[in-house]
Amino acid sequence: MNRSHSYMSHSLHGSDRLARGLGWFSLGLGLCQVLAPRKLTKPLGMEGFEPMVMACGAREIACGIGALSTNPTLAIWSRVGGDALDLAALAAALRDKHNPKKENVGVAMAALGAVTALDLYCATKLQKRYAYQAGPTPDYSDRSGFPHPVDSMRGAASDFETPKDMRAALPSPAKSPGPRVTPTTRSPIE
Amino acid sequence: MKALCWHGKNDIRYETVPDPEIEDPRDAIINVSSCAICGSDLHLFHHFMPSMKSGDIVGHEFMGEVMEVGSDVKKLKVGDRVVVPFTITCGECDQCRRGNFSLCERSNRNKAMADKVFGHAGAGLFGYSHLTGGYAGGQAEYVRVPFADETHIQVPDTLTDEQVLFLGDIFPTGWQAAVQCDIEPTDTVVIWGAGPVGQFCVRSAVLLGAQQVVVIDNVPERLSMAQAGGAIPINFDEESVLGRLQELTHGKGPEKCIDAVGLESHVPRSPDSVYDRVKQSLWMENDRAHVLREMIYVCRPGGVLSIPGVYSGMVDKIPMGQLMNKALSVRSGQTHVRRWSDDLVRRIDDGQIDPSFVITHSVSLEDGPEMYNVFRNKQDGCVKVVLKP
Repeated sequence: MNRSHSYMSHSLHGSDRLARGLGWFSLGLGLCQVLAPRKLTKPLGMEGFEPMVMACGAREIACGIGALSTNPTLAIWSRVGGDALDLAALAAALRDKHNPKKENVGVAMAALGAVTALDLYCATKLQKRYAYQAGPTPDYSDRSGFPHPVDSMRGAASDFETPKDMRAALPSPAKSPGPRVTPTTRSPIE
Repeated sequence: MKALCWHGKNDIRYETVPDPEIEDPRDAIINVSSCAICGSDLHLFHHFMPSMKSGDIVGHEFMGEVMEVGSDVKKLKVGDRVVVPFTITCGECDQCRRGNFSLCERSNRNKAMADKVFGHAGAGLFGYSHLTGGYAGGQAEYVRVPFADETHIQVPDTLTDEQVLFLGDIFPTGWQAAVQCDIEPTDTVVIWGAGPVGQFCVRSAVLLGAQQVVVIDNVPERLSMAQAGGAIPINFDEESVLGRLQELTHGKGPEKCIDAVGLESHVPRSPDSVYDRVKQSLWMENDRAHVLREMIYVCRPGGVLSIPGVYSGMVDKIPMGQLMNKALSVRSGQTHVRRWSDDLVRRIDDGQIDPSFVITHSVSLEDGPEMYNVFRNKQDGCVKVVLKP
């Protein structure tokens, strides 16, 4: 195969690359949350919430896999939804009078806010880019490919004979009048 | 020269690469005048085909003028205008002599690897992974064509590129899919997928005399194009496929079913499609087989399933009980292009069909990478993209 030297245009846009970055970030964060939830709950003063963090980790992993798929749009929108849930959880931790790590929670909220903005930007771009069947619906009803009306073209290739190796294994079930096979009444052993 | 190169999932680039050279006395170099993006190129684009390498030149639908020939090439000369079949064929091995050109025993230069994966290798293909030989593809300015004496279709100068380009793949693929059905005048032929191959399946089934041709898809403009060619359209977003087929066949089911979709079938509301998506994302399954399952279910007992759609590896939940108990015949395979091409050139030349009906976008090769996105997302009414180097 020939190898490349330089390139001028490509199919991967900035939003695709951003989605991939977010996908890998999701996978990394999700694995941390699932495997070591206390590393997150402790600095945020949220001890006891490990099961919830692990569930969030599973969600992040799912989003990460989706973001690395052929169409990352849904996964990135899922990340936006997940960000909202995470912000709500952190807001609750910030309101907790007994939380001694409120400063850390504030920093985490600021970081999460920035990531949310990035997710939202990416999702909006991808939504447009990956829009299925976007644009006008053209009328192709005049594109038959035949020189004459379809009915007069039906069977126009009747001069073609199906090669032996491509004939149907069984007689056509609907062939009519067609030959009929009479079942044998004698035992094949006789 | 300039070419479209694969660099990973969703990543096709227009790049400068070294010009191809004669590597074997049986080679020819083609100056590409037209090439196209095939539906199966999207499987590469989505990285569902294994053994692609970064920088591989893609594309297997192309034609052009012979620029240079090797010392052993006898049937071609510089200046000849040819369409190149996507299957590379030696013309001498046992399979080629039987007409099974897509199973050529010599043209896959990575035969050892393919033997391990498939049990026995098929033919070499242009621009379609190292498993099929690792040959540079045709979405480029120039291409090296191995076994050039056999791997070409000579076309009359009276026909335009647009009329003959698809002789290299999608027209004979649709034709072979219909021929494999052994169509009788009383048959109902149902085609899943109204993409470019599906469109040629429709025309081929009509030409071969099927009483009723039905096409299933959810893209309105593709359904209208299929309807123009003589098909009864079923939009699976709007009506029940099973119910409509029962109605059209008086409750007996179609005799002949064609899968022109392959490994990336997507029916969002179908539970088995969701199941396949999840498994495919987790690398627990290669292919999404919704169409296969539906074909097996709806086909009339004793009927034929013809599968031109590309599959890459393992699929899950195939109802073998239905297949066996209904005594269905399954026919599949890459297309034996050379087996049909002379006959199809004659049919185009006679005016029986004009394959250019399917072209919706014609752009420069440089715009190719973006057209992969447009084609994949079925935007802007895109059915078939032709690229001009």
